[in-house]
Amino acid sequence: MTKLDSKIPEGLVAEKWDNYKAHQGLVNPANKRKLDIIVVGTGLAGGAAAASFGELGFKVKVFCYQDSPRRAHSIAAQGGINAAKNYPNDGDSIYRLFYDTVKGGDYRAREANVYRLAQVSNDIIDQCVAQGVPFAREYGGLLANRSFGGAQVSRTFYARGQTGQQLLLGAYGALNRQIHAGTVEMHNRTEMMDVVVVDGKARGIITRNLITGEIKAHFGHAVVLATGGYGNLFFLSTNAMGSNGSAAWKAYKKGAYMANPCYVQIHPTCIPVHGDFQSKLTLMSESLRNDGRIWVPKNIEDSVAIREGRLKPTDLTEEQRDYYLERRYPAFGNLVPRDVASRAAKERCDAGFGVGTGQAVYLDFKSAIERLGEDLIRERYGNLFQMYEKIVDENPYKTPMMIYPAIHYTMGGIWVDYELMTSIPGLYAAGEANFSDHGANRLGASALMQGLADGYFVLPFTIQNYLADEIHTPRMNVDEVKEFIDAKANVIAHIDKLMSIQGSRTVDSIHKELGHIMWDNVGMARNKKGLETAIEKISALRKEFWKEVKVPGTADSLNIELEKANRVADFLELGELMARDALHREESAGGHFREEHQTEEGEAKRDDANFTYVAAWEYKGDDVAPELHKEELKYEAIEVKVRNYK
Amino acid sequence: MDLKIKAWRQKDATSKGQFEEYQIANITEDSSFLEMLDVLNEQLLAQGTEPIAFDHDCREGICGMCSLYINGRAHGPDTEITTCQLHMRKFKDGDTITIEPWRSGGFPVIKDLMVDRTAYDKILQAGGYVSVNTGGVPDANAIAIGKIESDEAMDAATCIGCGACVATCKNSSAMLFVANKVSQLALLPQGKVEGARRAKAMIATMDELGFGNCTNTGACEIECPKGISISHIARLNREFLCASARD
Repeated sequence: MTKLDSKIPEGLVAEKWDNYKAHQGLVNPANKRKLDIIVVGTGLAGGAAAASFGELGFKVKVFCYQDSPRRAHSIAAQGGINAAKNYPNDGDSIYRLFYDTVKGGDYRAREANVYRLAQVSNDIIDQCVAQGVPFAREYGGLLANRSFGGAQVSRTFYARGQTGQQLLLGAYGALNRQIHAGTVEMHNRTEMMDVVVVDGKARGIITRNLITGEIKAHFGHAVVLATGGYGNLFFLSTNAMGSNGSAAWKAYKKGAYMANPCYVQIHPTCIPVHGDFQSKLTLMSESLRNDGRIWVPKNIEDSVAIREGRLKPTDLTEEQRDYYLERRYPAFGNLVPRDVASRAAKERCDAGFGVGTGQAVYLDFKSAIERLGEDLIRERYGNLFQMYEKIVDENPYKTPMMIYPAIHYTMGGIWVDYELMTSIPGLYAAGEANFSDHGANRLGASALMQGLADGYFVLPFTIQNYLADEIHTPRMNVDEVKEFIDAKANVIAHIDKLMSIQGSRTVDSIHKELGHIMWDNVGMARNKKGLETAIEKISALRKEFWKEVKVPGTADSLNIELEKANRVADFLELGELMARDALHREESAGGHFREEHQTEEGEAKRDDANFTYVAAWEYKGDDVAPELHKEELKYEAIEVKVRNYK
Repeated sequence: MDLKIKAWRQKDATSKGQFEEYQIANITEDSSFLEMLDVLNEQLLAQGTEPIAFDHDCREGICGMCSLYINGRAHGPDTEITTCQLHMRKFKDGDTITIEPWRSGGFPVIKDLMVDRTAYDKILQAGGYVSVNTGGVPDANAIAIGKIESDEAMDAATCIGCGACVATCKNSSAMLFVANKVSQLALLPQGKVEGARRAKAMIATMDELGFGNCTNTGACEIECPKGISISHIARLNREFLCASARD
């Protein structure tokens, strides 16, 4: 039945990666110069991969839509990066990081990939320190650690609340060094419009120069998509405004499978929505849950009084507060994984205990400040507190922060095998763009780990196994090969169609409407009826878009509305696939919560007998239902259990 | 609140630009400045006018993409923030808000309020890194680094590359930007090895790209959204002088 070959190497889980490397194909230095690799995206995965390919001697072309590779959204990651160093001597190991990640993902990730991730995690920290990343240190001069959700050890390395920034600038430095050396050619303010497949293999991409509007074809012996997640489908999310799912979606339409698109992470600690004009949501790092305690009033009358402004949170005594995470999950307390914390916040707010607009809970530092002093709290979280104060105009040292869950990360993504190759030979997906390591829920500080693992320590090996057989493939002339000419013509036709509609609705108005449909029906809690409604509504909205969208200006110049229209056109298709995937998965797992499938206490209830698989969807045509392929997940090193944080 | 917006409009890099005035109504003080511009752009679209192009991405003050000179100040009338973190509560009903792009020879205008900052990338390409390849590096705890030095390196490393220091400097000097990277790496043993080469290469590239000299006015430090101190410029000067003296 299945067409999927995940290419998991032989041997025990701890030996697989070594076995793979021992037997994989390699390319000699003279041949590397003859091979071109295209990398789309310059975040942790793309930036690290491109720099590493360049160092190895391949000819690399890199693309990003931003004005500089340093702007990629990895930069916004705040809290930290996990590694199994066990520097604090608190019982950590590669196995435990592997175990926590698989358990955190609600037993829906591929064991072999996660084990490799845990193995290379330590190399990442070494690499970053060698690059001059200024991680937090103790007075003795060695590296400091803190803890994150879903773990009972402190394995998270950090650089204040700006870890993503520092890691990205490390990768950007490595990339800059290769650009200077001439091995990497950088194309900024350039967006990928399509993947080009020749004789069944990925051979290049079509791009649009965002300043001149020029449509251009580029050849590569292999193509890596490191284009991030599709959380912006919801309109409001913690993603950057430009983050989009288009590269992944174009790959899907060229034959790459989309895996588990319904697995979306809703982050529990974001600044709540303030109004209709809001453009994005701001995350408050999970690291705050190390010292912050989450609560709502114990009595509903107090919640009402707070919402109406008659009472302040600081007026309530300890006895009048419900620290609901500590109450429900005594073993992990405020550090339960994100999906669990988000659902618990929604449960309290739905029951009428919310504060602020009713869609908010408190994150309180009172006891931490009493215990540790304001100076230490400032040192640990100063920039986050400052960020909060600027947005909300309240001082979190004096009054508790208000937070609420928001769309943050997509665990689903392009299906890849053990080598990170998609179902199109020669096309790879790395970082958030692929589906592979986080199952149904990602643990905090694991996105940075995965992005850099893929970029520095996985792709530089696995891509050679493919390219070893490509050394006789000459570079193609994109002006002569039919597939490139056709792909380019299709992109131009697509843009012309968008420009020609000149309807009555702005791109943003349609995007916001899509966001509401998704948040209401494909958000934190889902059910059959809602998902069916979503599919219908999205389909209708897509028709509306292609009839009524208005894109002013011209296609051959800088045109921000056209950029947005291109991305939203794809979101309108991807959203439907997400709803379909969520509808078919008749269980609750991680970030995917089906109201029909919960325990009496309201916890997610998996159906291991029927759903221990990766759902990989194959595109079959615009008006045809996609085909589902199942990759069975086998757990050999881990006993599958009910996920328990109590 | 109701506002009058005076925004710089320029078709492309080669056209001549001019200010245009727009009225905008019912802006809430909890909106961010860029959300106010979003509302204005939706209004312009409804009127059949092309929206105002401006750079932005993360909208949480870290990517460094947003710029804007607002009422004569880089990133507007607040300190230690980027434009995307500026909120409308800093303005009053009836205010006129003047919005311009960064003005510097090093950052040519692309369209409206967008400028080209690839010069910053070029400066860093000249040497803003530690020359190590992926793999084969020592254990992360093999070298102890003093917390104070490490924290100071981190202060410098928080630079987001937005360009406010250049835009606000009367000489269009990029010294604070260059100093951030040179100082960060000079403070760390990993970066010291090629410190001299780095300082010289980055300064030479900065000069080639048309940025001015530093006359210690300190404006950059005041407008830096990350509050980075000009003491890093002193360290850059020391690195550069020592490197030049050795030639």
